[in-house]
Amino acid sequence: MNTAAFTMFLCIVFVTLVITYYASKRTKNANEFYTAGGGLTGWQNGLAIAGDYMSAASFLGIAGAVALTGFDGFFYSIGFLVAYLVVLYLVAEPLRNLGKYTFADMIAARFDAKKVRGFAAMNTVTISIFYMIAQLVGAGALIKLLLGLEYTTAVLIVGVLMTVYVIFGGMHATSWVQIIKAILLMGGTLVISIIVFAKFNWSITDMFAQMKTATPLKETFLNPGVKYKIGLDTISLNMGLVLGTAGLPHILVRFFTVKDAKTARSSVVYATWIIGIFYVMTIFLGFGAAAFVGNSAIVAANPAGNMAAPLLAQALGGNMLFAFISAVAFATILAVVAGLVLTAASAFAHDFYNVILKKGKATEKEQVGMARWAAVGVSVISIILALGAQTLNVAFLVSLAFAVAASANLPVILYTIYWKRFNTTGAIWAMVVGLISAIGLVIVGPNVFSPEVGKAIFVGEPWFPYSTPGIVSIPLGFIAGYLGTIFSSQKADVKRYEEVLVKSNTGIKIGG
Amino acid sequence: MGAKKTKVNSESDYTSIVQSSSFQTLLSEKKKFIIPFTIFFFCFYFALPILTSYSTVLNHKFIGSITWAWVFAFLQFVMTWVLCMIYSKKAARFDELATKVIQEGGNSQ
Repeated sequence: MNTAAFTMFLCIVFVTLVITYYASKRTKNANEFYTAGGGLTGWQNGLAIAGDYMSAASFLGIAGAVALTGFDGFFYSIGFLVAYLVVLYLVAEPLRNLGKYTFADMIAARFDAKKVRGFAAMNTVTISIFYMIAQLVGAGALIKLLLGLEYTTAVLIVGVLMTVYVIFGGMHATSWVQIIKAILLMGGTLVISIIVFAKFNWSITDMFAQMKTATPLKETFLNPGVKYKIGLDTISLNMGLVLGTAGLPHILVRFFTVKDAKTARSSVVYATWIIGIFYVMTIFLGFGAAAFVGNSAIVAANPAGNMAAPLLAQALGGNMLFAFISAVAFATILAVVAGLVLTAASAFAHDFYNVILKKGKATEKEQVGMARWAAVGVSVISIILALGAQTLNVAFLVSLAFAVAASANLPVILYTIYWKRFNTTGAIWAMVVGLISAIGLVIVGPNVFSPEVGKAIFVGEPWFPYSTPGIVSIPLGFIAGYLGTIFSSQKADVKRYEEVLVKSNTGIKIGG
Repeated sequence: MGAKKTKVNSESDYTSIVQSSSFQTLLSEKKKFIIPFTIFFFCFYFALPILTSYSTVLNHKFIGSITWAWVFAFLQFVMTWVLCMIYSKKAARFDELATKVIQEGGNSQ
């Protein structure tokens, strides 16, 4: 066991539990539990969004992907960042103005039907659990390598911690864990990037020149097309990346933790700066790992390249830097899974329990109580699924969550805000078709079926040729919402749309 | 946007706000800004994977070993940051218009 790494892991656990203890004193009612009372500043929420977003897939996955596949790995960095323009320009402010606790609240601002809220909540729970499995599988693999613990033990440790943060500290604890993690992650990445840059003689041209000979790919390392050889596959991936963020429920709920649309806007702007700077640094992480750790050592530690960043830290700064970066990766995972548990639990307790089952009449105490039980339930389900998913590729699960979010949530969000004729049937069709087509195409795609033994879950020819479903399932979500609206006999509720239009554009709250 | 609570509280008031000239100004100014910029950033973004997938034009050298693909990739970051700043600036104007709508909405009844 690595003593330095173990000590730093304990420090992270200690600090986050102290935060949770203080947060628990402030978590008295549903509003505090779901949204931290809406009291975060733009700067705080910007950091928290960054901490919520920069997951193990970003930090470990992209560093590895750039190290192993060069330019193609960098596609993730670009897509994950540009996605924030969709959030800022089209979604963040209307969402803040229309919703209260959950993404379903916003859709329910236009449609009273319980079914609509139910499906929206179901999408939230499904997407969050998919995303969480990816994080837990990543956490298990990381802790196993760093501390020598069994995969099962590692997943259980992370699972228990995330449940504790959410149950006791609600959104207060989740937000502050995310803020601290964002600062640690930026700091750690900056240190590595500076060392890497120094080793390349502080010269970008030197760095690129050296990369031509540093990997087995030679010159092609710097060119696109190493991993994504089919044009439409590349475009499908990019569609999922750029459109997925605006439909990810755990990102959307972050906009309810600020007081108004103006603060929601400024938090996206802060987040975009932080996340952008981070993704620029993934070039240094990836190039550095390829040059100073070497392709074979990276692949030996983990075939998908997930250990590239910690190994780079070890190569550059010895055991202490290795321990620090590993602890940062651990904090990264904890912050993201806490956000996911909270989001799924909110959808369950607020949408299913309070609004649908109790008709909105549950007391504050009942709501918080149910949210806590829901957090336990969501955690247990995710832990069980993660234990069975050890062999699945982490990046695949994350890209699946993005594609599902883009297909199932984004169409209904955009139509709700911007399309006058949109109706209940259209909303349900958009959500159901988006969800089923995205998941269905993954099941019949190359990540599940591969002719090569051991490359996927089943051996066989995939029916769907692309590794991500976005190129088909995202348009399907939009088309289903359109057709559902057109073919339904319902008339558009113009009055209701006018209300949504006024509220989403001005934040006005008439009658209280 | 501090003054959110208004005296109006019936459904028809939303209609009167929607029909008010200040709200129509807000909507049309927003449209004029958001639609072209959204189209622009989607085109700019998808130009990269389309060019890398269907041509090798970006594999040409820019300086030293740095190819145009990396330059274009970095420009995506610059584009995102610049559009963020433009939006923030533009949104200040939308806030002004929205405040006007709220004030008028509260007084028109």
